[in-house]
Amino acid sequence: MKQQQKIVVFLLAAVGLLILPLILQSFGNAWVRIADMALLYVLLALGLNIVVGYAGLLDLGYVAFFAIGAYMYGLLASPHLTETFAWIGAMFPDGLHAPIWVVIPAAAGLAGFFGLLLGAPTLRLRGDYLAIVTLGFGEIIRVFLNNLDHPVNITNGPKGMSQIDSLSFFGLNLGRTLDIGGYELNSVSLYYYLFLALVLFSVLISHRLQLSRVGRAWMAIREDEIAAKAMGINTRNLKLLAFGMGATFGGVSGTMFASFQGFISPESFSLMESVMIVAMVVLGGIGHLPGVILGAVLLSALPEVLRYVAGPLQAMTGGRLDSSILRQLLIALAMISVMLVRPRGLWPSPEHGKSLQQKGEGA
Amino acid sequence: MDTFIQQIINGLVLGSMYALVALGYTMVYGIIGLINFAHGEVLMVGALTSWTIIGWMQEAMPGTPGWLILLISLIIACVVSATLNFVIEKVAYRPLRDSPRLAPLITAIGMSLLLQTLAMIIWKPNYKPYPTLLPRTPFEIGGAVITPTQVLILGMTVVSLAVLMWLVNYTKLGRAMRATAENPRVAALMGVKPDLVISATFVIGAVLAAIAGVMWAANYGTVQHTMGFLPGLKAFTAAVFGGIGNLGGAVLGGILLGLIESLGAGYIGTVTGGVLGSHYSDIFAFIVLIFVLTLRPSGLLGERVADRA
Repeated sequence: MKQQQKIVVFLLAAVGLLILPLILQSFGNAWVRIADMALLYVLLALGLNIVVGYAGLLDLGYVAFFAIGAYMYGLLASPHLTETFAWIGAMFPDGLHAPIWVVIPAAAGLAGFFGLLLGAPTLRLRGDYLAIVTLGFGEIIRVFLNNLDHPVNITNGPKGMSQIDSLSFFGLNLGRTLDIGGYELNSVSLYYYLFLALVLFSVLISHRLQLSRVGRAWMAIREDEIAAKAMGINTRNLKLLAFGMGATFGGVSGTMFASFQGFISPESFSLMESVMIVAMVVLGGIGHLPGVILGAVLLSALPEVLRYVAGPLQAMTGGRLDSSILRQLLIALAMISVMLVRPRGLWPSPEHGKSLQQKGEGA
Repeated sequence: MDTFIQQIINGLVLGSMYALVALGYTMVYGIIGLINFAHGEVLMVGALTSWTIIGWMQEAMPGTPGWLILLISLIIACVVSATLNFVIEKVAYRPLRDSPRLAPLITAIGMSLLLQTLAMIIWKPNYKPYPTLLPRTPFEIGGAVITPTQVLILGMTVVSLAVLMWLVNYTKLGRAMRATAENPRVAALMGVKPDLVISATFVIGAVLAAIAGVMWAANYGTVQHTMGFLPGLKAFTAAVFGGIGNLGGAVLGGILLGLIESLGAGYIGTVTGGVLGSHYSDIFAFIVLIFVLTLRPSGLLGERVADRA
C-alpha cells in the first residue's frame, strides 16, 4: 500500500512538472522564465551541495565556476571574438557558432580544472579560512572578467557580451518557437524541459554519489576529518574530487545560463550570487537533496513572484517602497526568520551527523 | 620616490581603517566563532548616521566649527551603531548559539542584506556628498602630501587601539572577554556572565566600525548604502590574514593589506608596462591572502588552526 502511494505521488509530481510550463505559458512567458531560472538555480545548488553539503567544505566563490562556464559559451558562440579580432573573423567567416557538444564538455572541463586549481592550495585549510579563500578566488575571477577588455579585449569588460547563440541540438533550436501539430511551444518552455532534464540528471548523480563509497567518504570527512584520515580515507584526493565535481556542475550551469539569457556581464557573477547559492543550500537543508531543491526554488522564485505582489504595495506607500527594495527586504527577513525557527533548514535530512546538530565544544 | 612615500601614506591611512573594522570581526570571531557578515553594514550605518547629523547641525547651528560638528556626529554615530549591533546580536545570533554552524552565518548574511535594504529605504539609494569639515590645506612630508583628515584617521586609530588594548588586557571586562573566548562554560563557572561579555564585544566592535565608517566617509567624501560591503570584505580578509581571533593580528593584517593595496595600485601599471591597471587593486588583497594562508594556514599571528568546519 505504502509503495503504491509513493508511485502515485511520484507520477502526479512528474505530470505536474511536465505540464507546468504549458500552464504558465498561458499566463505569459515571464512566468515560464521564472520557472527556468528556478531550475537553473536548483542545478547550481545541487552542484554546491556536493562541496558544502557532502564534503563539508564551505565554498563562497562558487559563482566563479558559473562565470567560467558562461563566458566559455559566450566567447565561443557570440560575434564578440570575430568582431574584435580580424584574424578570428577571417577564420570563421560565418561567425563563431560552436556546437554545444564542444562547449559543454569544454566548459565542464575548464571549470573542473579551476575547481582543482582552487582546491589544491586550500587543502590544509578548513572552515572559515577556506570560506575566505574561496571568496577571494571568486572576486579575483570577477575582477578579471571586469577588466580584461584592455589592452586586449577578451571579455568586453563591464559591458558584457550579447547576441549569444541560443542552444540548438539535433536540428532543434531552443531559441525559436516549436510547432507541434498546431500547438506552439515557446522558446522559454523548451528551455524549461532542457533544464528539467538536467536537474533530474543531476539529482540522479547526486543521489548515486551520496550512496557510493565516495559519498560516504565525503561525509566521513565532513563529520571528522582526522578520524576519516585515520581510517585510511585519502582526504586530499577526495576533497579535490568534491571541488572538481562541484565546479563541473557550476560550469555546465554557466553555459546554460549564457545561452538562455543571450547576454552575460560580470554583474551576474557577484559575491552576492555565491552567497545566495550557499543560502539556498543551507536554508533548504544542507546535504539533503529535497531540501536543497526546495531552498533553491524558494529563494529564486519567491522574489520574482513577490515582484507582482509588490506593485500594489508600492502604490500604497507612495512609491517609497520600490518593488525591488521590497523583494530584497522580504528575502532578508525570510533568511533570518527561517534560520531562527529552523536552524537545520526547512527540510533537513532525517539522519544527520553530529557536526550539524551542535557546534564543536569550546574553542 | 615621491610616489613611493605618497603610496605608503595612503596605504597606512587605508590600512588603519581596515584595522579598525578587522578588530570587530576578529573579536566576534574569537569569542563566538561567527563571521559577522553584517559588520560592514554597521560601518555603513555609522557613516550615514553621521552624515544625517552633520546635515542637521549645519542647518540648525550655522556657526559651529567643523571639528566640533564632526566630533558630535561621530559620537552619535558610535551610539547608534553600538545599539544596532547590540540588538542584532540579541535578535539574530544569540538564539542560534547552539545551532549548526552555518545557521548563524546565514542569519548574518540575511542581516547584512536587511540593513542594506533598510538603509536604502531610509537614506535613498543615491550617492551623497559628505561635507569637508576639517581644513583642506595638506601637510607636506618629503614631497608627499597628507591631509588633516588623514592625520586624524591615523590618530584616531592609534587612540582606539590603545584604549582597546588597555580594555582587553587590564580591565575586568577584558579578562572576562578573554576567558569567554577560551571557554564560555568554564568562564561561567568562574562567575563570568558570557551573554553580557558577548554583548559587550559586539558593542565595542560596533564603536570601532562606526569610527572607521565616519573616517572613511570623511576621507572619500561620499556615503551610500552599499559603502560598507567592500571595506567589510577587506577587513575580514585582514583579520584572517593576521590570524583571526588575534587582536594584534587584525591590526597587522589591516595595515599590511592597506599598504599592499596602495603600493600595488600605484605600481602595477609600471611593472606590467601598462597591461594591468590600478583597477586590479581589489585583487591584491586576495592574492596575498591565498599565498599567506597556503604557507601559514593559521594566518600571520594565529596560533590555532580553525578546525571547526
